[in-house]
Amino acid sequence: MIEPHIIVQKIEDALPGADVDVEDLTGTKDHYKARIVAEQFDGKNRVARHRLIYDALSEEMKGPIHALTLEVFTPEEWERRSS
Amino acid sequence: MSDEKKKSISLPITGTEPSASSDGPKTRADGGDALSEIEKVVNDHEIVIYMKGIPQQPMCGFSARAAAILASYGKPFQAVDVLQDPAIRQGIKEFSNWPTIPQVYIDGEFVGGSDILMEMHENNELAPLIDEAFAG
Repeated sequence: MIEPHIIVQKIEDALPGADVDVEDLTGTKDHYKARIVAEQFDGKNRVARHRLIYDALSEEMKGPIHALTLEVFTPEEWERRSS
Repeated sequence: MSDEKKKSISLPITGTEPSASSDGPKTRADGGDALSEIEKVVNDHEIVIYMKGIPQQPMCGFSARAAAILASYGKPFQAVDVLQDPAIRQGIKEFSNWPTIPQVYIDGEFVGGSDILMEMHENNELAPLIDEAFAG
């Protein structure tokens, strides 16, 4: 188990300026969904983007986080999607 | 060894000295280690999924989803149940430097986990990749 704000903090530390939204999917604080909008994703493919997040959460992924669904966008992609 | 390697990915394999008869990746039954076996399986099949459970009886929602997406393309794919094999369960994470399961490989290349597979499926990016793997 891990508190969602810790996940947010770790990602924001790794990707300064990122917009991070974390959702507890099961209410059990171990299955999360994270939506991350970050300019650091620009020019990176999906695997590379996910790796950035996994690297930021490397310790947590070994235990406290059982499942993490990721949605990753650049600010431009996110704007296009929302409009 | 008579098996032909279709494609080699450059991955340092520690602890396995190639024998005189074979310089490719080997299964553990043939004296390789888990990473070598993974490399061989990934190279020998057009599509491979490392998952929890089997496609007919997945043991995890993410594995179920990824296997169902692959099955929808109607091409054969190799499914490896990591729950039956602790060395492979750990080894696959090192092989791809990717901490989660399922993991999907097409044409010898790591494609991603269930989120990425779903996105590629929805964006019609998966069909050309699979077609190309079977055309080659």
